Amino acid sequence: MLEKALNGGKSYWLWLAGLSAVIGLAFLVYMKQWTFGLGITGMHRDFTWGFYIAQFTFLVGVAAGGVMLVLPYYLHDYKAFGRITILGEFLAIGAVTMCLLFIVADMGQPTRAMNVIINATPYSMLFWDAFVLNGYLALNLIIGWKLLEAERNGVDAPKWVKPLIYLSIPWAFGIHTVTAFLYSGLPGRGFWLTAVLAPRFLASAFAAGPSFLMLLCFLVRRFTNFDPGEKAMKTLMKIITYALIANIFFFACEIFTAYYSQIPEHMAHINYLFGLGDHGHGVLVGWMWTSMALMIGAIILLVQPKIRNNEKYMPFLCLMVFFGTWIDKGMGMMAGGFVPSPLHHYNEYVPTAPELVITVGIWCVGFAVITVLYKIAVSIKEEIKA
Amino acid sequence: MKNRREFLKTAGATAVGVSALSGSAFAIGEYFISSKETKPHAEEKTATRWGMVINTKKLNEEVIHEITTACHTKHNVPDCMTFAEPKDPKRKKHHEIKWIWEEHYHNAFAPDVVEYLSKKLEHTPFLVLCNQCQNPPCVQACPTKATFKRPDGIVLMDFHRCIGCRFCMAACPYGSRSFNFQDPRNGLPDRLPTNPAFPTRMKGVVEKCNFCAERLAIGKKPYCEEVSKGAIITGDLGDEHSEIRKLLEENNAITRKSSLGTGPSVFYLV
Amino acid sequence: MNEKIKIIAGVAIFAVIFTCPLWINMGKAKEAPVPVLAEKAKAAKACILPKDEMRAKHMKILDGWRNSVVRDGQRIHMVKDADGKEKEYEMSLSNTCLGCHTNKAEFCDKCHSYASVNPYCWDCHVDPNAKKEASL
Repeated sequence: MLEKALNGGKSYWLWLAGLSAVIGLAFLVYMKQWTFGLGITGMHRDFTWGFYIAQFTFLVGVAAGGVMLVLPYYLHDYKAFGRITILGEFLAIGAVTMCLLFIVADMGQPTRAMNVIINATPYSMLFWDAFVLNGYLALNLIIGWKLLEAERNGVDAPKWVKPLIYLSIPWAFGIHTVTAFLYSGLPGRGFWLTAVLAPRFLASAFAAGPSFLMLLCFLVRRFTNFDPGEKAMKTLMKIITYALIANIFFFACEIFTAYYSQIPEHMAHINYLFGLGDHGHGVLVGWMWTSMALMIGAIILLVQPKIRNNEKYMPFLCLMVFFGTWIDKGMGMMAGGFVPSPLHHYNEYVPTAPELVITVGIWCVGFAVITVLYKIAVSIKEEIKA
Repeated sequence: MKNRREFLKTAGATAVGVSALSGSAFAIGEYFISSKETKPHAEEKTATRWGMVINTKKLNEEVIHEITTACHTKHNVPDCMTFAEPKDPKRKKHHEIKWIWEEHYHNAFAPDVVEYLSKKLEHTPFLVLCNQCQNPPCVQACPTKATFKRPDGIVLMDFHRCIGCRFCMAACPYGSRSFNFQDPRNGLPDRLPTNPAFPTRMKGVVEKCNFCAERLAIGKKPYCEEVSKGAIITGDLGDEHSEIRKLLEENNAITRKSSLGTGPSVFYLV
Repeated sequence: MNEKIKIIAGVAIFAVIFTCPLWINMGKAKEAPVPVLAEKAKAAKACILPKDEMRAKHMKILDGWRNSVVRDGQRIHMVKDADGKEKEYEMSLSNTCLGCHTNKAEFCDKCHSYASVNPYCWDCHVDPNAKKEASL
């Protein structure tokens, strides 16, 4: 099946070459980080996880979002998703690849990465995160590959794949729950210390993941002869709508708890993010309000079937959801947790240029992985059709 | 016979389980010198739970300067302002390493800040450092047991093992930890340690106050206590007859963020 | 046929790249260096273990030392010498090892660079005999 990836048109190769160029540049910048240390980033003593971990957190959600195709198809026999579950699985592979790269990019001593296995520490949530992410990557690789192979050969997939598919469903919820537990189990971080963090992560994941997938579907439809199907896309839009509403609802719950209880520890972070109060800081204020406007605006549009089901508006709506949740769960989640610091200092964070280049480079790796995998999947679908 | 000299303390499948469940310091494939062949120094200072009392009445700018300088020079803590990179002083400060430093009451004890604070307390400089928690969140967070709690209560860093994930820094509610955003030797005069008897650190690892474990091991007091003119007293919190326990019995002491249940071992007399 | 040429060319290129370290370094073999003993080390006559054992196991011993000191809180290693007499050594790379082997460059670095091993000991631990020339 891999040979399908080597058989593309001019634009395919140009796109991959472009991605490789950016990846190469990012790698050179990473070499600078390798020799100098994480000091080339904008992180500091009071803000120890920055843009890398923000992307990581968001992308775990995108990876988990693939389950929104797998679950209806396999548990509810929702046939319309049958043709595109493979796209969800391959998206998950690309997203988890990026997650793992962001983790490595964020490590101070990347050569010691294996210490997490050698010195396995089950009471550390990071150990579990490494475990579930790698597990999820393996599951999706095996499942995606075997299903596609079976489809190509016109036979049923081997029997042992079924249990793996069923396992991958709770596993998808697991990866994002564990990622939320990285944050929500830390004393003294008022913004993160909330039981609703994991549900909120899942809700935003089930909005962000499918909206990213929708955008990819439009690209696939534009550049290939494969049609993901109108029904599937409409259903995805419905899923995005509900998930986004749940995300905003959970956030509203946070707001209520913080502001009705009026506990300063819990209010201070939200005040900081949205530029309330008189602390005099707020590099993210514009971003946070943009995020809110995008998400709430998207809900207002999405709840109207005429707009939601109109294919002309779909990509636009998905972009709104994607960027809204990206700000909210990326930088918003980091900055909210770290500012103000436990000693109540307002030390803000702004990513540096090298940090942004490395980030873009890792995104490009993800896009390259997704491109190649989608190329394989779509070529095989076209082959079957012909 | 060859294996007598050094041996694998834990090995095989059972050890994986034991190591994982017990949360002990040992891990798969880590070599230790057999405990039959090792011993501590004869003069080693021991305790069941090390603790510290900081008498804020005896703190002033001069004493604080003495303390922080002694600690930082003796532990080869770099001066971030002498880093060549980054150029901007504000960003140099981003790479700051500190083990013990001064904070205002409002910051040290945030969020439990009292209204109408006495003038004295308002202006008293507080020293903050690692609290050597009884129930340390950093130890729980560390995915490699690079941070671990010794039986005598000291929370220690094993720099050989730290992967630089900085989870411990997010977990610590006291901001006691620093990360080496660059080679710390960049901030030491001539790239040489200010105290050659103690190692420096390397880039990419987290560090913090070690309660002068290397000093206790040879029967000496922590540096901070030595130069504190009586403002800092360390001792065994587990021994009810110890000087430190008497001090706590006879005076009003507070700890930082006691509501979090971390069990700080650093007490402040106010 | 066309494919065949491509495959052979590909395999050939791979083989050349894969074996390039051999070609590049051909004829450049150097004799294995012999570590030089410092005066102090000569005078002490014996290390903690016989020479051959030290040569084979010094890295393991140092690994054991660091774990025992940092994680076990032990500081002294008791070793029986050739006559069965117990001797005590402070487990410290900088102070004990380099206290005797005062010539790190000739004793440690020479072999390490020959064997292309790059222990990160010296990122943190200090050569107490190094003066200012240590600055890079």
